[in-house]
Amino acid sequence: MLSLADLEPGSVVKIATGVETGRRLSSLGLVAGTEVRVVRRAPMGDPLELEVRGCRICLRAEQLRQVSVERVS
Amino acid sequence: MPDLLACRAAAAGERGACFVTAAPKIPSATEGLSTIALVGSPNAGKTTLFNALTGSSAKIGNYAGVTVERREGTFRSGDVARRILDLPGTYALEGETPDEKIVHQILQGEIAGEPLPDALLVVADATTLQRSLGLVLEAIEHGLPTLLVLTMIDEVKARGGRLDPMALSRELGVHVLGVVGHRGVGLAPLRKFLEDPASWPRPSAADAVNIENSQERFARVDALCAAAAAADLEPDRRSDRIDRVLLHPWIGLGVFGLVMVLLFQSIFAWAVPAMDVIDEGFGWLAGASREVLPAGLFADLIADGVIAGVGGVVIFLPQIVILFTFLHLLQDVGYMARAAFVIDRVMGWAGLQGRSFVPLLSCFACAIPGMMAARTIASPRERLATILVAPFMTCSARLPVYALLIAAFVPATSVGPLGLQGLVMLGLYLLGALTAFGTAWLLTSTLLRGQVSVFYMELPPYRWPTWRLLGRQVWQSASAFLKRAGTIILASSIVLWVLMTFPTAPENPAFTPDQQAQANLEASAASSLGHFIEPVIQPLGFDWKIGVGLVASLAAREVIVSTLAQLYAVADTESGTPLREALKNDIDPRTGERVFDLPTALSLLVFFVFALQCTSTVVVMARETGGWGWPTLAFTYMLGLAWLGSFVTYQVATRLL
Repeated sequence: MLSLADLEPGSVVKIATGVETGRRLSSLGLVAGTEVRVVRRAPMGDPLELEVRGCRICLRAEQLRQVSVERVS
Repeated sequence: MPDLLACRAAAAGERGACFVTAAPKIPSATEGLSTIALVGSPNAGKTTLFNALTGSSAKIGNYAGVTVERREGTFRSGDVARRILDLPGTYALEGETPDEKIVHQILQGEIAGEPLPDALLVVADATTLQRSLGLVLEAIEHGLPTLLVLTMIDEVKARGGRLDPMALSRELGVHVLGVVGHRGVGLAPLRKFLEDPASWPRPSAADAVNIENSQERFARVDALCAAAAAADLEPDRRSDRIDRVLLHPWIGLGVFGLVMVLLFQSIFAWAVPAMDVIDEGFGWLAGASREVLPAGLFADLIADGVIAGVGGVVIFLPQIVILFTFLHLLQDVGYMARAAFVIDRVMGWAGLQGRSFVPLLSCFACAIPGMMAARTIASPRERLATILVAPFMTCSARLPVYALLIAAFVPATSVGPLGLQGLVMLGLYLLGALTAFGTAWLLTSTLLRGQVSVFYMELPPYRWPTWRLLGRQVWQSASAFLKRAGTIILASSIVLWVLMTFPTAPENPAFTPDQQAQANLEASAASSLGHFIEPVIQPLGFDWKIGVGLVASLAAREVIVSTLAQLYAVADTESGTPLREALKNDIDPRTGERVFDLPTALSLLVFFVFALQCTSTVVVMARETGGWGWPTLAFTYMLGLAWLGSFVTYQVATRLL
């Protein structure tokens, strides 16, 4: 299963159905079905900058590893 | 229901129709007023709105027992007054961080002494509705009279977006107003609404009751956005272009380093002319006071005690202003969040998270707001670690000490394009920061072992700073610094003057006035105290005068500067020698050698990097950690480290230099 942490910058994905992202991530709008674009990695490789619901947020790869996603063509 | 364009017209026509005043000083004056709470995500423009509605001088309040700050102010229009409560920014109302919990508790009326608000002013960034409406829905669930304010509506249009606030208002069942807070657009209709919050519609909780989880909530948000015609905005191309450079894998790190170097260079290079003016001003004042006052103890107290003591610290005002201008500027344009993004990896090595970076960076101003900013960290262990290492970050109270000693003992030569003095300053800041990280690592791998919590942070679009706001923030910081000079430094200056003056030595007709002054100082209580602790500090290269300064600086670090200024003013009958010259020329009468040389200065600098000499920090740390155990540990650890660091520095420096 593809996770949010494995993606190359520029990828656009959708959070897989049935995924529970936890209270913290879901309050940021990261819920199943939401489209996410990986904008870039920080200069030292971690954290990642994501575009979610019109906002740019950064999250550590470690927290994104449990979030499975589907590619959007 | 006014639409966005109507708001613009109203704002242009009605400006000045209402007026606002600052919050009254006495809390009881606001009792009995109906309270309107401001709720919104971080960076939604809540505080800009709060300041615009209440005037600039917000007061900081504390809940008994619960250590979270909230601000309140009074909104006035004609003879109507409303109490406005500015709550911490939050992404969710059932949050995990201490400052998010407080929002939840206030909306539940669970805080003693703080009644349930009469109405909610929910603030949402119009450019991020797809996210921020989630919080709006949560707020509406509370069923209080609610008004939704959409901020930054100008950016929606600029980025090719559309928005139908009427439709949003129909769907949500509350009034919706668009504003551009910093330009005052839309504030006039908002003020009209604030006059009568009881008339705001109470959204029926029935709409929200069916929402059981975030997924359903955001599905409702998507439906709302569709109804309000809030389409995807064009990406903010300007921010994208800037980020492509500033967050570039290599350039990004370089820029981060450059910003830090520039900060410390500017503190030295740009402050000097203004400092000279202040120095001359206080010198003139001391001279003038001696001419006006009859010669005697009172004139001595004013000239050597008050003016020398307070002036010795106030002279560093230009550097404080530069530091705060820089920090606020970085924050306002949006670089601070990028800096945290760039440096998060390093924070991770220390067992901290990027979110700890902003509290730690604000410690460059003062550890107290830094420790309080740590409330945005959800995990108790990371929050505790951040609070405990905060005092290692070089606060602005150390700046006068560093600036004095560096200016006196580090040659003003250049290393390539950079000044050596600025580099030494940067080195001291780095030493403090590295020790903070090292200590954090030590804590998180021993006493505070545990799981690293979720780190999340928003990267806001780059925005031009609002110069008026920047000016106000810098003024507030500068006046806080001057207030310290007028209170704690003034008080300690007077106490120290007394200790330095009494008891006096017997008059010796053979002495020159200078020798008599020196003899008087040697006989004083301060001298006895200094000599008492001298054996402990001698291995660090310190004499009794520095000892007096160190003891005095336990109250507040910069007191050592005023103390030294007084010691040298008392001993020097011709006032007017700059303190840095007096330090360089001071000769120990017993050894005939200079009291202050480079190793002593370096040793003293290192002592100040490590030691926790600040009563306020200790008190706030006790409040934030809920007891005296942690502050006691921190104080002991830091003092031990300071002694050891100074000892090593002095012993090494005397052998090498």
